[in-house]
Formats: sequence, C-alpha cells, structure tokens
Amino acid sequence: MGMTIGEKIIARAAGVDVVKPNDIHTVTLDRMMSNDGTTHLTVDMYNTQLQNPSVADPDKVVFIMDHNIPADSPKTAQAHKKMRNFAREHGIKCYEGQGVCHQIMLEDYVCPGELIFGADSHTTSYGALGAFGTGVGCTDFLYAMTTGTSWVMVPETIRFNLHGQLRPGVYPRDLILTIIGDIGANGANYKIMEFAGDGAHNLSINDRMVLCNLTVEAGAKAGIVEPDQKVVDYCKSRGREAVHMFKSDEDAEYTAIYEYDLSKIEPVVVRPDFVDNFALREDVEKEHIPVDQVFIGSCNNGRIDDLRAAADVLRGRQVAPTVRLLVAPASQEVYLDAIREGIITDLMEAGAMIMNTNCSVCWGSCQGVVGENEVLVSTGTRNFKGRSGAASSKVYLASAATCAACAVAGYICGPDAL
Amino acid sequence: MEQFTGKVWVLGDDIDTDIIIPTDYLALPTVEDMKQYGFSPLRPELAGQIQEGDIIVAGKNFGCGSSREQAPEIIKALKVKCVIAKSFARIFFRNSINNGLLLIENDQIQNLVKEGDTLTVTMGESIDYKGKSYPIQPLPQNLMDIINAGGLVKAMQKRNGILEED
Repeated sequence: MGMTIGEKIIARAAGVDVVKPNDIHTVTLDRMMSNDGTTHLTVDMYNTQLQNPSVADPDKVVFIMDHNIPADSPKTAQAHKKMRNFAREHGIKCYEGQGVCHQIMLEDYVCPGELIFGADSHTTSYGALGAFGTGVGCTDFLYAMTTGTSWVMVPETIRFNLHGQLRPGVYPRDLILTIIGDIGANGANYKIMEFAGDGAHNLSINDRMVLCNLTVEAGAKAGIVEPDQKVVDYCKSRGREAVHMFKSDEDAEYTAIYEYDLSKIEPVVVRPDFVDNFALREDVEKEHIPVDQVFIGSCNNGRIDDLRAAADVLRGRQVAPTVRLLVAPASQEVYLDAIREGIITDLMEAGAMIMNTNCSVCWGSCQGVVGENEVLVSTGTRNFKGRSGAASSKVYLASAATCAACAVAGYICGPDAL
Repeated sequence: MEQFTGKVWVLGDDIDTDIIIPTDYLALPTVEDMKQYGFSPLRPELAGQIQEGDIIVAGKNFGCGSSREQAPEIIKALKVKCVIAKSFARIFFRNSINNGLLLIENDQIQNLVKEGDTLTVTMGESIDYKGKSYPIQPLPQNLMDIINAGGLVKAMQKRNGILEED
C-alpha cells in the first residue's frame, strides 16, 4: 500500500521503508526549535533534573526569542538571560528580535522532507516547504534536544484537493479559516492535513505558510503542501538544496478527501471565542460592530503580502479616531522589504503604530493587550477567550485587508464599505 | 487494576490552553504560583474549589491551542486525579503524559454526570457511575510507563538520563 507525504517523512526519519497510521516509531529529528515562551523551563529541567546531560547536536537546535522581545519585565529579562546563556554555553544559534520563530525557521532553515519539532503549536507552518513540522511541549523538547530523537505515532492523513485561484480581495487566510470552519476545531485532531491539486500549486510559498500555520487550529499534527518547483526555487534562493521532495503515492490512503474550488471562497470574519466560529464578512458587516483595536502581524499573517494588502487599503486614508492600529512585521527581513517598498510610510501616515518584530498582540503579553469588553480585529492565530488581554474582550479574526478596512471604518467591514 | 473514586467537575467543549492558564500568568515563577488562576477566564472560582482527587469531565477537543506545558502542569498541581473528555488536542495529550497527568477518552458520560457527583474509574477497564459501567480503552504501554514513572523527565532519570530505545 502507498504512503502519504507525511508517512514518507516519518519513514525516512525512522529509518524504515514503510510506516502505517497508528504505528509508534522512534525518529531522528532533522531540527528542533524552541522560543522564549518555554525555553527557560527546558533549561531549568536540563540543569536540575538530569544526570550529566548533553545536547545531542547543537547544529540541529535553534533558539528564537519572539514572545516577549524586547523583555517587558525583570522576569522575562531573566528568562531571556537563562536562554541566551544556555545557547552560548552549548553552541546553539540564538536569535533575538530578528522575527517570529516560524518566519525565521522558514527563511533560514526548513527544507522539504524534514521532520522538525518546535516547542510551539504553530510549527505546522513548515509544511509550506514540504516538511513535517509539529508542536511539542518543553519536556518533549528536552528529550529531543538531549537525545536527538523522539517517538511519534504515525497520524492518519486528510487530503484537500484545491482547484483554481482565489479571487482578488480574497486571501489564503480566508481559505484556511473557511476550511477550519467546515471541519471544526478538532476536525483534523492528530491527523495530517495534506494540500495538493492545481490550486495548491497556484499558491505562493507565503500563501502556503498561511495555510499550514493554521492547520493546528483544526487540531492537526502537521499541515503539508505537496512540494513543487516553487519550493525548490525558494530554497535555492536562500542557499539551501531541496533534496527530499516527497509526493503521496497514487494508492495512499486518506481518512477523508475534500475538494475546494478556490474561486468560490469568500472573505471571512471569525467570531469570538473559537477559530471555527466561521462567518462570512458580508454577514458580520451588517451588524456594524464597533472596533477598539486592530492588529496586523503574527506568524500567520505578518508577511510582506499581508502588509502590502493592508497598505493598499490604508493608502490615502486615516485610521478612525476611535481605533488603535498596531502592526508587527513577522521578521526583520519583512520589515526591511516594507520600508524599501514605502509600505511602512503608508501605514504610519494612515495612523498605524509600527511595532518591532515579535508575537505581539496575538499572544496577549508584552504589548498591545486589550482592556475589559474591548473589541479586537486581528490577523493573529487565535481568538480564544482572553487570548489578547482581558477575559471580557472579544477577538475577531480576519485577513489583513479586512483588518485595515476595520481600522479605517471603526467597525467590522471590508474595503468595499469604505 | 488500580481503581479510584472522585468528585466530578463538568466543563464543556474546546476548553483551550488560554482558559486553562491565561498568558498573563505564565511569567509567574512557578506552577504553584500560577495554579490559583487555572480556568479563570471561564470560571474564576474553580481553581479554589477543586480538591485533591477530583475528576474533570469535559467535552471534545480538551486542551486545544498552545503548546504551553503549564496547562497540564496546573491541572496536576490542582491535584486533579484525571481528566475524562470526549477527545483531547494532541499537543496537550503528549504534554499531559509527559507530566504524569492521566487522561481518559470517553464520550458516553458527558450528558449523564452532574457536577458534584462521584464516579469510579478502573484503569484501562471502565468508568462506573450510578450503577452503570462504561468501558474505556487502555493507553499504549510506552505511554503508561511514562505516566507511572510520574512523567517523561522522571522516566529519563530512572534510566540514568536517557530513555532506552524500544
């Protein structure tokens, strides 16, 4: 029987010819990433609970400070110090303030066919380049870092055949929020979401990052787009070679197969407090819901395409006096591109606050949190109760273009309403 | 077979990690400091009411969201004996095993049990409630070994730092 892309990646990492769903395998990891959300906990366990531990291969480990960067309190400064010192001591590359962890990993490390553990749920992003990225906690990370290995249970795979192209004004974020709305917040729990078909190959690498990043919001262990020439070119342009270009076999088995016509996808606004609380933007728009704050950024939607889409809406307009607009580019590279293209000027002239590259409002700490009963419209990853501030606040999720329109109008709407 | 009885707290579907422990409290130095804020966005009084040996019964997708390991650690610190849910999000599931928190999948009792009731669990066999028995699946042995050791780090300690390859 044939295997899916994800099964082939696990088989390679386990050093076996064939794997099948629900098998448990010991795997050698290609890379491990940990950020400042939990690295200090890993370091504490390493230093106090293990006998004569060592880092199996420091070249495979990457530390990235992005959750509380720059430090906003003595406590986070101390956590950073612990992480920084450990990295220096063990020869681990440590990024401070260069970008959100998944953006850095995609820009600098990920290659197709790799199996990567990240101590962050949105590690699923790496499927944009045909890799198997999955989130783990700090204890699993500790085990991986000290042994270079871990155990995985082989997940089943759900196939999404995408056809055609998204219409202008509709974005990959609308697509993935639609899919999550359709299958539900646990619709792919412990499964791989595999994307293929001409519609998938029409998507840019940045588009695929948006898609794979949010697959964890349907519960997925990994989200993988079938890699193609665009992946080869992306890797090559960054000095990396795409070696393991896995495709699913004709006779691979799926637990479900979905077909999506991309031209039928409409702009989405997800209502609080669950990512599968799907609504069409045109329906929410009729309610004229007043907005207090808008956020454009995060590992899902802080890339140059998103900033361009926001700038196209904001250029020559002003943010409503009742709204704060916060923008955090996903990496320094994205930020510099936006400066060169004049996008940062456009955003600032419209009244936006530009933040440094970090997780910012999406993670609800460090900066830009919202107060009691406030309404936030966000390109962030989640809208859980209290996710970005007070438990009584409400978070709506939408594309960067929709968010920009909300900032100008002062209520939830799309650019056509301006 | 190990058997235990506990008082039930009932929660709904999609109890996410930001509800189990909001971001705001993650900077507190220890899980002991954090535990009083467990479940606070949903039920601020709950953490103070939970007693040692209690059981949480919830719906589908318990623990969805972030990879923050403080989520299962807090439930363990509140001395909850086990969480019974229709389903668990996968990162939370792994993190719970790694911290020695027992999880049981069952989708039959949610509409029957009421908060404050007691139920009895016989490990790997059944949940007994008001004279009726509801079967449960045992966890794979490699996971039970980790839980029984008290978590992955303790399992590593037992084997002198490194888990043996299977």
